[in-house]
Formats: sequence, C-alpha cells, structure tokens
Amino acid sequence: MPADLMPSSGDLIRILPEMVLTVMGTLLMVLDPLLHKRSSNAFGHLSLVALAAALGATVYAYANEGAAFGGMIVVDGFATFFRALVIVVGILTVLSSCRFLRRQDAETSAYHALLLFSIAGQSMMAASGNLIVVFIALEISSISSYVLTGYLRDDPRSNEAALKYFLLGSFATAFFLYGVALIYGSTGTIDLLAVRAAATGQAGPIAAPLFLGLAAALLFVGLGFKVSAAPFQIWAPDVYQGAPTPVTAFLSTGPKAAAFAVFLRIFMTAFEPGGGGWEPLVWFSALASMTIGNFAALRQSNVKRMLAYSSIAHAGYVLVALTARSAVGASAVMFYLAAYAFMNIGAFAVVGHLSGKGERYQDIEDFGGLGQKQPLTAALFTVFLLSLIGVPLTGGFFGKFYIFKAALESHLVWLTVLGLLNSAVAAYYYLRVLVMMYFREPSQAVNEIEPLAPGLRTALFISAAATLFLGIFPNWVLDFAGQSSTLVK
Amino acid sequence: MAAVPISWFLTLSAVLFVIGAAGFVFRRNIITVFMSIELMLNAVNLSFVTFAYQFKKVDGHLLALFVMVVAAAEAAVGLAIILTVFKRRPSLNIDEVNSMKN
Repeated sequence: MPADLMPSSGDLIRILPEMVLTVMGTLLMVLDPLLHKRSSNAFGHLSLVALAAALGATVYAYANEGAAFGGMIVVDGFATFFRALVIVVGILTVLSSCRFLRRQDAETSAYHALLLFSIAGQSMMAASGNLIVVFIALEISSISSYVLTGYLRDDPRSNEAALKYFLLGSFATAFFLYGVALIYGSTGTIDLLAVRAAATGQAGPIAAPLFLGLAAALLFVGLGFKVSAAPFQIWAPDVYQGAPTPVTAFLSTGPKAAAFAVFLRIFMTAFEPGGGGWEPLVWFSALASMTIGNFAALRQSNVKRMLAYSSIAHAGYVLVALTARSAVGASAVMFYLAAYAFMNIGAFAVVGHLSGKGERYQDIEDFGGLGQKQPLTAALFTVFLLSLIGVPLTGGFFGKFYIFKAALESHLVWLTVLGLLNSAVAAYYYLRVLVMMYFREPSQAVNEIEPLAPGLRTALFISAAATLFLGIFPNWVLDFAGQSSTLVK
Repeated sequence: MAAVPISWFLTLSAVLFVIGAAGFVFRRNIITVFMSIELMLNAVNLSFVTFAYQFKKVDGHLLALFVMVVAAAEAAVGLAIILTVFKRRPSLNIDEVNSMKN
C-alpha cells in the first residue's frame, strides 16, 4: 500500500537530527563558491549552527521517543545519550579546527561538510534498530572519516593514514557485513529485537544455530576494528599519527563512541541470550587492548602516537565493562565514553595547538617549557592528562571506577586486577609529558607557539569544565545513563 | 531442471570471501588489495541473495542492492585516496607506504 510507505510525522521527528546535519552539510558544499573568497571562518560558524540545531533536534526527538520506520530507527534514552555525545564531540572538533585549518592553508567548506556527514552517520548508528541501518550509518560515518583523515592532501603522512584507514576500515566492514548475512540466513530477519526473539527460540527453532555463533564472532571482528580493540588495533597508531590533529581528536572519540553504542545495542539485545558464548572473546580482547596499548605507549616519543596507543588502552577499559554483560556495565560504558570524549578531545586540541605549521612539532620534547610560556594551556593540558590517568576529581577517575565496579559485580576479579595494574602503568607515560611541560627549558616549538585562538580556547575550556564536572558531580550523567542502559524493555 | 542445492551457493560465497580475505593479507599491490575487499563484499551479496531466494522474501535482495550502493561510494573515495598516495610514490607496492615509524 503506498499510503503505508509514507513516513509519518513521528518518524520524521525521530530522524530530525540526521536530517538537519545532512541538509546543512549539503548546504555548506553548495555555498562554497559563494562564500569562498570572503571568509573561511563562515563555514565553521555555519557548522556550529548546524550542530547546535541538531542538538536541539536530538532533545526534541527524545521528547517523542519510540520506534520509527517500522523499527529501523529506535529513539530511546540510550540513542539520545550517544547522539548528544557525538554532536558535542562535533562542536568541540569544529571549535578546535578553525585556527588549525587556517594555519595549514586548507580549504574549510568540504572539511566542515564532511564532518557534519560523519556525525550524521554516527548519530544514526546510535539510533539504529536494524542491522542494515547500522551498516549504512557505519559506512556514512566511515567514508567521510577516510576523506577527513587524508584531508591535508600535500602531507604524505595524511595520505598514508587515509590509505591505511580506508583499506583496513573496508576490510572490517566486509566482516561486519558477512556477520549480518549469516544472521539473516539463520533467523530470516535483521531487526535486532526480532533476532533476539529468534535467538531465544520464541519464534520456533533456528535454522542454523552455528551461523548465529559465527555471526556474533564476525560482528565482533568488524566492530573491534572500528573501536581499535586488540587484536584489531594495528591501524590505529599510524592513522591517528598521520591524520590532521583535530581529525585525530574526532576519530578517537566520535566514531569510537558510536561504534561502542552499536556494540552495546547488538550484543545487549540480539546476542544477549547467547551471552556466555561471546564473553571469553571480549574478555581476551579487553585484556589484550589494555596491555598492548599501555605498554606500547610507554615507548613512544611522538605524542600523537602515544595518545593513539593510549586510545587503544582506553578501548580496552570500555571492553572490560562490556564483558560484565549487565545494565551497570552498560551505564559504565556510557559514562566512560562521555568522560573519555572530553579529555581526549582536549588533549589532542593542545597537541594540535603546539604542532605549528605543517604539524612539525609532535614529539614529547617539544612540550618542554610549555608551563612557563603558556601557563593556561599547560594547566588545561594537565587537567586532561590527569583525567586520562584517572586521578580523583576528574571524569576519568569515575569512569574507571564505575567500569571496575561493574566488572567486580559480575565476578570478573582477574580482569579487574589486571586492568588496575594497567592503569598504574599508564600513569607513567602521561606523567612524562607533565614533567616535560613544567620542569624543562622552553623548546623551539614552545618558542614559536601562537597565542590561543578564541575558538580553540572555548573548546579547551568546555572540555576541561566537562572533565571536572564529570569528576565532581558524576551522578547527573550516571543517573541518565543508568535509566537508559536497559535496552530490552 | 534439477535445482542446484542452496548449500552450494553458500559454500561458494564462503570460499569467495576467504579468497578475498587472503588476497587482502597476502597481495602487495594496493589496487589488488582493494579488489580483494570488493570480492569480499560481493561474496556477502551472494549470501544475501541466496538466503532471500531460500526464504522467498524480497528483503535479502534489497540488502544486496544497498551493499552495492555502499561499495560504489567506497570505491569512489578509495580510488581517490589511492591516487593521492600514488602521486608521491613511484610504485603501488603497499610495503613502501610506511613513512610513520617510531
């Protein structure tokens, strides 16, 4: 019936954030020839307007929560949390990119448009209730991210990072897709709740139970790549080091948060009945990610590469909470990803600020004397690094606390012990940067450093304020996460 | 006409997928590596279409169409990225793309 195929107004309201982002992204590209000569900041401002509107649309969609398009899209507290998170990540990325792009003489319109498309994809990932929507949203997010990674066309590092990200990202996508095909083959559906019903045997016996187990493994491989969890982390150091720094900040937070949202939704709904089967897999991956990430980060001299390895380790902490397979674990994941987003974007924004034209200065030595030259920047960087270590009064502390609490409640004692030992190792390489900043003579990079641009300063202040807020009043976010972490009503 | 059993199609799909994955890991030419990924995606498409045929449902065919669209978008971006890399290097050997080491 044609009438049934028309989307209702409720359906449209529930995908309003994605519609706003896509329309505005397209508008930026159309406006390129008109605004190009006058001001390159115009596109930054326009995309801030778009993101603010999308944030409003997210809240409006949440006021009309429910399923849309026959269950393809699910707007609930969980989706809203991650939608808001990726949009805020986008706002911080735009704020910290403007000055950076001008310094590298890069075009701005396509950059901001791609950023909006990528965020639209991530926002849709958070709200998808069907595996084909997950796949398409994942690809919208990924394909835009590939281009963003290679955005500085004349920088060989950027080219190389884009190539590696593209090849390994598409490789992972193929695994994800094969998993979807096997789910379709064994249950006859790719709707997550219908798959769950089939897996519990409510809809009669499954045609091929082996396929379902294999599918869970394949989806785990595909999503493991996207969140840079070991043993699928090999691409992350090169990509994060080579990408333009604001893009690195974005990649290590936005797509990662969205991929974890999908991870949670798939494994806590469709595969929740077969939980015992995949738990050892995630257990192993969590431990391997933490260990490989932290121990490799110890040996890095390039700060971006060090933060890339640290990002692998942080994915490991999040996987610890996933291993717990409980609503407490899910809310710990949500809280941690929010805390991680702020502290990591902040840290990368400072690295981008220092790196100078052509991103020459990225070594730990280049941070020497930053505390004397720009005390404010150094102080904000200190907040982010302390939060990454997990010092009390920062978001990172409560993030780790809730994760290990959830793990203990699910009797994962060994994983908790090994995770805590890992966080102790991690403290060393973050502290090395702090020592460099405050107890060394100014380096050449610090002597050439520009004053903080207004946009960048705003981004740093918001990130630092949010990091401290999550560390002092964690309940506000945690309560919301707790309410919305029950994915099966 | 005797129908070909469903399991043959599924086996073919799995074999193609494994050939693609092996090509990705072992081939050294960037374009060949990229083609291996496309082979994997098309292997999955074969699975989708087979299952849809078995269930006598149309949605599996639609999924295959979506996958084709996404693969085309991916190819457009991927070839552009390969081109920018190739502009700076004399060969397309993937082992030579390793400027970032500690």
